Amino acid sequence: MTKNLRVKTSRFIDETYKVSFKFNGTTYYGYKGDTLASALLANNVHLVGRSFKYHRPRGIMTAGSEEPNAIVQLHKNTSRTEPNVRATEIEIYEGLEASSQNCWPSVNFDIGGINNFLSPILPAGFYYKTFMWPASFWEKYEYFIRKSAGLGKSPKEPDPDIYEHKYIHCDVLVIGAGISGVMAAKSSAKNGYKTLLVDEKPYLGGSTIYQNSEHFKINNQISSSWLEKEINEIKKIKNLEIKTRTSVAAFHGYNFLLARENLTDHLPLEQRNNKTRHRLLKIRAKKVITATGSLERPLIFNNNDRPGILLSSAIEKYANLYGVACGEKNVLFTNNDSAYETAISLNQKGINIEAIIDNREEIDSKLINEIEKNNIKIHKGYTIVDTFGYKRINKVSIMKLSKDGQKVIGSKTSIDCDCLGISGGWTPAVHLFTQSGGKLKFRDEDQVFIPNIYPSNQISIGSCNGEFTLDEILLTIPKTLKEFLNLKDIDFEDLEIESSFNKSKRNIWLLPSDKVIGKTKPFIDYQNDATAKDIKLALREGFRSIEHVKRYTTTGMGTDQGKLGNMHALGIISETVGSKMGELGTTTFRPPYTPLTFGTIVGRNVGEYFDIFRKTPIHDWHVQNKAEFENVGQWKRAWYYPKDGENMHDAVQRESKAARDSAGILDASTLGKIDIQGTDASEFLNRVYTNAWSKLAIGKCRYGLMLNEDGMVYDDGVTTRLDENHYIMTTTTGGAATVLGKLEDYLQTEWPELDVYLTSVTDHYATVSVCGPNSKKIVSQVIPDLDFSDESFPHMSFKNAKIGKIKCRVMRISFTGEHSYEINIQANYGKSVWEKCMEVGKEFKITPYGTETMHLLRAEKGFIIVGQDTDATMTPIDLQMDWIVSKKKYDFIGKRSLYRSDTIREDRKQLVGLLTENPDEILEEGAQIVADIKKSPVEMLGHVTSSYYSPNLKKSIALGVVKGGKNMMGQKLIIPMEDKQISVTVADPVFLDKENKRLNA
Amino acid sequence: MFVINCPYCGEREQSEFKAGGEAHIVRPKQPTELSDDQWAEYLFMRKNIKGIQFERWVHTHGCRKWFNVVRDTSNDMIKAVYKMGEKPPTK
Repeated sequence: MTKNLRVKTSRFIDETYKVSFKFNGTTYYGYKGDTLASALLANNVHLVGRSFKYHRPRGIMTAGSEEPNAIVQLHKNTSRTEPNVRATEIEIYEGLEASSQNCWPSVNFDIGGINNFLSPILPAGFYYKTFMWPASFWEKYEYFIRKSAGLGKSPKEPDPDIYEHKYIHCDVLVIGAGISGVMAAKSSAKNGYKTLLVDEKPYLGGSTIYQNSEHFKINNQISSSWLEKEINEIKKIKNLEIKTRTSVAAFHGYNFLLARENLTDHLPLEQRNNKTRHRLLKIRAKKVITATGSLERPLIFNNNDRPGILLSSAIEKYANLYGVACGEKNVLFTNNDSAYETAISLNQKGINIEAIIDNREEIDSKLINEIEKNNIKIHKGYTIVDTFGYKRINKVSIMKLSKDGQKVIGSKTSIDCDCLGISGGWTPAVHLFTQSGGKLKFRDEDQVFIPNIYPSNQISIGSCNGEFTLDEILLTIPKTLKEFLNLKDIDFEDLEIESSFNKSKRNIWLLPSDKVIGKTKPFIDYQNDATAKDIKLALREGFRSIEHVKRYTTTGMGTDQGKLGNMHALGIISETVGSKMGELGTTTFRPPYTPLTFGTIVGRNVGEYFDIFRKTPIHDWHVQNKAEFENVGQWKRAWYYPKDGENMHDAVQRESKAARDSAGILDASTLGKIDIQGTDASEFLNRVYTNAWSKLAIGKCRYGLMLNEDGMVYDDGVTTRLDENHYIMTTTTGGAATVLGKLEDYLQTEWPELDVYLTSVTDHYATVSVCGPNSKKIVSQVIPDLDFSDESFPHMSFKNAKIGKIKCRVMRISFTGEHSYEINIQANYGKSVWEKCMEVGKEFKITPYGTETMHLLRAEKGFIIVGQDTDATMTPIDLQMDWIVSKKKYDFIGKRSLYRSDTIREDRKQLVGLLTENPDEILEEGAQIVADIKKSPVEMLGHVTSSYYSPNLKKSIALGVVKGGKNMMGQKLIIPMEDKQISVTVADPVFLDKENKRLNA
Repeated sequence: MFVINCPYCGEREQSEFKAGGEAHIVRPKQPTELSDDQWAEYLFMRKNIKGIQFERWVHTHGCRKWFNVVRDTSNDMIKAVYKMGEKPPTK
């Protein structure tokens, strides 16, 4: 079958540069400038894939990004493999390896092809209808469905390529470098606007650039020659940036667009290393000019999907641009004049045309006359009723259309062919326009949707605005541009134009056949095998909304997003239900216009840059000392420090014991710190915390609980009064940013009269916390000049101090229930203070402990962790922390909510301690708590929020929330687990040292 | 992603800002004197309009100032911005 169908040379193809590539294991040759599709067609390869549902053989259908069939897998089984690449877009390079998807064992012999014969029992919604029962079988069905479905294989190894993101700001963005876009870019840039022109193809000039017809002239030059001169001119304009191989994926509000610039996909693999592959451009443009052109429509008739059937414009492009004949016996089938342009191009290149079938009865134009002069048979008023040939079309049969176009009449004739070009007119590519929020209107005369209402400073020009002919484009655009860009003069005002295009068209959405519709396969969505029959079935079953019909039949849901057939689906629906096209609307056009790789979306945010994290000034020490880390907010916190092969449990037990028996040291630098100053600082604290602050003496610390306005606990922490009008507030590690935001909100919007200033100083200080009975001995050696006597420096107080010459703040506060000190020092001294503590603490076996031990120690004392023991449904009363809620204060954030009918319910979930019957049994955090497991359904009373084995109490302890738990002290409850039921007793949440003796020891 | 004209900093990307819900809901001066229903009205009831909505925004990654925005929620077009304490535009 291998033949060379390369015809006359094309100036877009470098015939001195031969490129070898592999398709499905066979080596072929093409030239530099070829796409995979053009190179395959030159080798007479049409069959490239199988359809999704029926596994029907499919061939190359288009020559652009709308391709539904020719999607291939590149470089199978390598890290660079990529599925769903359109053969019509990928440029060939030496060593390219591509293979067909969705077929097994091969595209020539595909077992799934049996679905084609089963198609009568595989209607729309087949999977929905069939695999519903019995529900328990779904897992079995799913395995086979998933195996036979799916398009291509994703790579299993990490992506070796580099991707990046770039922001671009410009005055004018022009999308599409066809004749309209080139004119727009020139007018814009020459008048001083910083302009960016992008096009998805590697060349500029759109479809005009490969026109070579005497019938289309501008200023007496063939349109392509005229355009080429213009292109050469715009390349010299300084404030015009041109990006080819750049496809706009999304057009968002406020003229924010995303485009993918493809930098290396056309290069041989060995030339790609260390180069950026794709660049995601984030474009903010003051004005956008959309010149995205239009897509040719197929025609919908029986068996319109065989390999060898292409869009007529694609055949023309392959001939003119790539110098490739798609077949030797070509037939064209059309309802408008554009197929005659193709015919003239083919004729010029000596490519044989067997016949042209035209829906229209009465036609007349210069193009048609030229074809008739060349003795090419035109069947006027005819339609194709069927096609033949399994892996390649070999025959069409045609019949005469009735006057109303609803039936076929007369006798059937056959025409042999090996290639069929179809043209159903043109659909403006309004995808980007509608993505941006633009509203369309329907133009009845040629049945197209065109832009109507623009949501931002943008305009659509050329054929994406429904201006399809050269004279229309050249006459409208200068005026439009002048107005849109506020220009006095424009270059293109007095062009002489010759255009022979006749706009007449006979639009029949679904062409009739001599067979009943149930026996035909008129494909609308090629990739998903949705036919006109499926759409009619959906309508019969009661679907009316176009969005529902789309999802039920999968029309327009493939990787091509229905670029070809969506209009026909709409047309058939409106005809069947008898509504107007304009009223039916369209399905939503969603970004991306063409698929993006994940790499492009992610850019450089991979590996360690995937998610940013924050390190404390002491981080390196933790790393050197083999700490395991835990993520808390964005922070990496030392979790525990395993010694000699200890597991987490053993390490935490050792650390917890050491902290209570002698001394422990914790890096508390991550706690949020907010510096509060101003004459109203005390009043401000009074309003944001539940307890009273006015009487807090200078040099004293106080624990505070902050609520939301709904009365639920929001954050907690210790705040210290440094001076009359100066406080430092600490927040939870994860809450630092939101607490600051909330405080600022109240200050700016509710209480702007307060004289208060807030500054986040979290990163400015390192905090070293030393706790345990020997903490005083250690800290007093680190800061020898300070009076550490209990009289001078009692629990919950603060002192300014110096370590050497460096100022620091020392607080005697405790989250462990032990005698403990926190040294706050300028961040860059944090590590040296830590090391100093370790050094002097050696004789007391000072033990570094991580967050897990911290959690265990505080749980022994019944101290809550906001976010672990609370979950935005807990009031301070629920937490049994009534003592911290001021009864005297007139108001504070959340006060009124504490006596809403709901918050005063007795049966709210309340925080309690839980003790297991077996002291060695450790509960699972999150486990459900019930009273009666025989009751059906079992009533869930609450859940375990914190649970540990306490080495100091030598028993398991837990905190949990239980409905009405406050009044259940001593009561037995059950924790049902998968394999057992654990009996627990409700207890006081303070398990250790209720009298706080250790704090003052 | 839209562009917001911060009344203090000028035009910036939306990603620098955070939305703060409906504007012009004043915290009652004497919450303790309100009935449950009155308090609930302040606490929970918010409008969700398709069309012109008055809302609060804050320039989180900028000046950190709160201000008001008049936005058409049907197309995200911002009709006006004004500082806290200023009267909402009537047109």
